[in-house]
Amino acid sequence: MHMADALLSPAVGGTMCVATAATVAWCSRCLRKEADDRRVPLMGVLGAFLFAAQMINFSIPGTGSSGHLGGGLLLAILLGPHAAFLVMASVLIVQALFFADGGLLALGCNIFNLGFFPAFIGYPLYRHLAGDAPGSARATVAAMLAAIVSLQLGAFAVVLETVASGISALPFGTFLLFMLPIHLAIGIVEGAVTAAVVSFVRAASPGILSTTVQPRRHRAGILGVFLAVALALGGVGAWFASTNPDGLEWSIARVTGAPEPEAPQTGVIDDRVGSSLAGVVGGSITLVLALLLGYALKRKPRD
Amino acid sequence: MSATAAITGLLDFRRLDLLATGNSALHRLDPRAHVTVTLVFVVCAMSFGRYTVAPLLPFFVFPIAVVAMAGLPVAFLARKVAIVLPIALLIGLPNPLFDRESLLSLGGIEITGGWISLLSIALRALLAAAAAIVLVAVTGFPAICGALERMGMPRPLAVQLLFLYRYLAVLGEEAVRMTAAREQRGGDRPLSIRLYGTLVGRLLLRTWDRAERIYLAMCARGFTGDFRSGRAARFGVPEVGYVAGWCLFFLLLRTSDVTHWLGAAVLGAVQ
Repeated sequence: MHMADALLSPAVGGTMCVATAATVAWCSRCLRKEADDRRVPLMGVLGAFLFAAQMINFSIPGTGSSGHLGGGLLLAILLGPHAAFLVMASVLIVQALFFADGGLLALGCNIFNLGFFPAFIGYPLYRHLAGDAPGSARATVAAMLAAIVSLQLGAFAVVLETVASGISALPFGTFLLFMLPIHLAIGIVEGAVTAAVVSFVRAASPGILSTTVQPRRHRAGILGVFLAVALALGGVGAWFASTNPDGLEWSIARVTGAPEPEAPQTGVIDDRVGSSLAGVVGGSITLVLALLLGYALKRKPRD
Repeated sequence: MSATAAITGLLDFRRLDLLATGNSALHRLDPRAHVTVTLVFVVCAMSFGRYTVAPLLPFFVFPIAVVAMAGLPVAFLARKVAIVLPIALLIGLPNPLFDRESLLSLGGIEITGGWISLLSIALRALLAAAAAIVLVAVTGFPAICGALERMGMPRPLAVQLLFLYRYLAVLGEEAVRMTAAREQRGGDRPLSIRLYGTLVGRLLLRTWDRAERIYLAMCARGFTGDFRSGRAARFGVPEVGYVAGWCLFFLLLRTSDVTHWLGAAVLGAVQ
């Protein structure tokens, strides 16, 4: 579910970066207040653990394909939401830098989509459904529902961000109808895997899970707000998807004052394409020049 | 991922990480200069419209020039960047299907907007990947974290990134050992979810114990919740020049159609 730089406009990417930076700042402040030195190495090593866990694949029942853990919900269950969000952010930053997964401009989107929803919507839902000392069946159902909700919201955000950027030609409704069912399946699997890991840990070393139980503060209230937002988003999305597939594009074009993407007039083709014959020739030349420049600047290896 | 594939990933990670230990003029610049230039580069290159192809090409000058000036291994980095191409083509594939309006005619063959935007997406993906990989190769991850922190990133996230980075390979190797042990006993089929829970749960318990040991070891050395780096950073004249030069170059590419002029000039000279 990684967003890629290639599909993102700077306006959307920048907006999401600001939203993510604000959440990072808020989480950092919450963690500083709690001032628990012991958690600092734990968070770091759990981030590395998530990488390691993602290197191991499991088989998805009934499909013959295999998948790996997303991990946002698992981290929130182990560490609480604020620390989990920061760990998720750090994992995605390393992925973007070392593996070019997603990209730098898309970092804001990816951290928000994959970190915010599991930590601040999925996890409160899990706590609410599972209670303080859940049996294994109840915990599994709670984890599944929490993972499904997080992934549905994440997938919906991906669709919104992609369509608002206007690089992909996928219509809003089509994209949504493609993304949501896939992420329903992924959410069920993610929930089952999270529950499997948590139930193993609970059986083998129950102390770990009890350290993260936090006092309930306005939990029901926060949950209510999030559910309302989720339902409103879902409702608006469904309305757009069913009545007017291009409604969002149209409204975004109106809002931003950008020219509408569809306006086929033969006269402006050259301007829009920006790649008339001269452009193609010039582009090729610059590429060759760039390579020559690289060759000329190349440092001689020292003896 | 099989054990071998995982090992390759870890080795690549290490090799990329070691590149930053080079000692070219670029390596010696303050990391903030590299981070700033990379961010401006990404924003400029990604801000073109859906059908832009030719004006993206001159942006390749930046990664190529940095790789050359810093003496980085071209083939290795090119391979790392090229990995993104299949994914980019996959996410761009809907464009030719949905956008069938003809935009260009080359030698009698009509080319639809979808194919042009697919090409544009592929180029963007390569540019974005090159920017990220080259940044790590010339700066190094700890230095990037330091730069981001001095540019306003909250301290807990900076500490978190440094910790994650230090233990990535350690736990990666742990996972490789577990995978290899299982493959040698029970074939290489993917695990069932229940077994995965047991295996990864075991890994989690080891991780937890390790965190406890690390914490005690760090306490013994006077850890107070922060990392300290001894390096003094200086954003001097070379840094200002480097940042200003590249930013002006990117703005020029973004605001004027350099490729068009160049192409027109060459075509004019030929005729």
